[in-house]
Amino acid sequence: MVSANPAVAPSPVVRKRRRRGVRTLSTRDKVVLSLMVGIPLLGVLFFIWFPAVATVLLSFTKWNGIGGLSTIKADGVQNYVQAATNYPPFWPAVRHNVLWLVVFLVIATPLGMLFAVVLDRNIRGSRVYQSLLFLPVMLSLALIGIIWELIYSPNFGLLNNVIGHSGQHNLIDWLGNPNLNLWAVLVEACWRQAPYVMVLYLAGLKAVDPSLREAALVDGAGPWQTFWRVVFPTLRPINIVILVITVIESLRAFDLVYITNGGNNGLELLSVLITRNIVGQVSRIGFGSALGVVLLVISLVPIVTFLVMQLRQEKRS
Amino acid sequence: MTTAAPPLERAVPAPVAARRHKTSAGRVGAHVFLLIAVILWITPIAWAIYTSLRPYNETSKYGYLSWPRHLTFHNFSTAWTQANMLHYFWNSFMITVPAVILALGFASCVAFVVSRLNFWFNIPLLIIFTAGNLLPQQVIITPLYRIYLTVHVPHLLSSNGLLYDSYAGLVVINTAFQVGFCVFVLSNYMKTIPHEIGEAALIDGAPVWTRFWKLTLPLCRPALAALATLLTTWIYNDFFWAIALISTGNKRPITSALANLQGQYFVNQNLLAAGALITAIPTLLVYVILQRQFIAGLSLGSSKG
Repeated sequence: MVSANPAVAPSPVVRKRRRRGVRTLSTRDKVVLSLMVGIPLLGVLFFIWFPAVATVLLSFTKWNGIGGLSTIKADGVQNYVQAATNYPPFWPAVRHNVLWLVVFLVIATPLGMLFAVVLDRNIRGSRVYQSLLFLPVMLSLALIGIIWELIYSPNFGLLNNVIGHSGQHNLIDWLGNPNLNLWAVLVEACWRQAPYVMVLYLAGLKAVDPSLREAALVDGAGPWQTFWRVVFPTLRPINIVILVITVIESLRAFDLVYITNGGNNGLELLSVLITRNIVGQVSRIGFGSALGVVLLVISLVPIVTFLVMQLRQEKRS
Repeated sequence: MTTAAPPLERAVPAPVAARRHKTSAGRVGAHVFLLIAVILWITPIAWAIYTSLRPYNETSKYGYLSWPRHLTFHNFSTAWTQANMLHYFWNSFMITVPAVILALGFASCVAFVVSRLNFWFNIPLLIIFTAGNLLPQQVIITPLYRIYLTVHVPHLLSSNGLLYDSYAGLVVINTAFQVGFCVFVLSNYMKTIPHEIGEAALIDGAPVWTRFWKLTLPLCRPALAALATLLTTWIYNDFFWAIALISTGNKRPITSALANLQGQYFVNQNLLAAGALITAIPTLLVYVILQRQFIAGLSLGSSKG
């Protein structure tokens, strides 16, 4: 079934022509090498890449999953047409995914970078600050969802009790009100994403050559200028990584909305709709796949960006 | 660029004095900013701990936002026994440990070939592995779900004979999904090992396996330790695969079991807080003991690329 993916032939690769140093391999070495690469490669092709290709193919078909593969019927672009025109949660989900991405790009990521830049000044206790800010990154998103329910709960939550809205007459239902709940969940998401970016960015900042900064300082540049004109440009690789992570994390968003209310009533996301269409009573494989392709196409942008950057670095070294 | 003075700074005659003044003011500003941030960031966790330590009858009488009369671990023991949490921890263990070992084993094999030997297919291989890890899980879940319902495995590995709804199935997908990231990190790491080490062994006629197992892997211990910490946390924290690929609530690992336990056993805020915090214990141990490893793993994955 792996051969369904013609781009990569798994086994014969090792037998092909090699360069320097490989001629000295014995037959036993060749067998060992084929196994070392072959087993993981087959696994990844079968469990990751084959399903990815199959998602695209199935999106043009109709199949309820009952009965064998022969019951799959070609259906053209009907699934896409239906998603766009006759599936009420689709456009809200797209809107929510876009909003999620924008909030990550405009709030969570810059905030994390700001944390990193401030911590990088090596002020007293910066390790303690860093550790405390970092704690949410360790927690599962499901757990984060529950911890925040204790904050947002209408009657018992910290927030309403502090701002005096916990009485029956003036309750604010942060997670139940479809106009509020996405924003409430986005606060949770940023709470975890900002320190995540912070840690990645700190590693990048630590690697910046200190003499660059000194030179800028001697030249009379202020800290603001030093950062934007000298430090920031040298951080280009890490900036791209963070951009890629930001986009992918916002496309993957699932756990928080699922634990909060199952992804309904204002919390629809593409990831939730896909899951709903294949797991459960109604199984619409083709339709679920079409939604998956939408997600795939968007995610290819950051993936390709990342790979191009990698290849460029590879060539340089 | 040197002539463009920072417009926001006050003009102070002596430049050195200006800098000193600026830094101390900057330092105070940084402390204030970080203190506010830390307070905001810690509040949700502190609140969960506070709620979990208070008896239910006290909070129902005085409200949750009130001074404590008693603090007790009673909620923790109730949550632990009522929800049979040990069982779910065991599920997590049975999934996380094999998946971490397999992912690291496979990844170091591939990384070794990609970074220490010169094959034409090294770059395509690296792309296949790295890109696989970047896909959103939901892109592949639809066909994967059907594959899991179709593929038969020995009953030794899965009681229903399928990958679906079994520990084995979750081990497989967690391994396959994480192996790409590990290949990426480990191959970058192995590239920094001097090539002479392998070449000396080559002249001695050492077989490939010896070069891998005896020469390269021991040098990768720091990277392997960092990755093991990272993977353990990530796989333990996984929610999506278990929700989609495990249908029997009893077989779910603790993180995804939270979705069911939430309404079923954790009937009030105090129990919910206690139950949720119990699930955080393994990751909190990592946080306290292995934080440096965890951060090292994250930076290894990002700094080189």
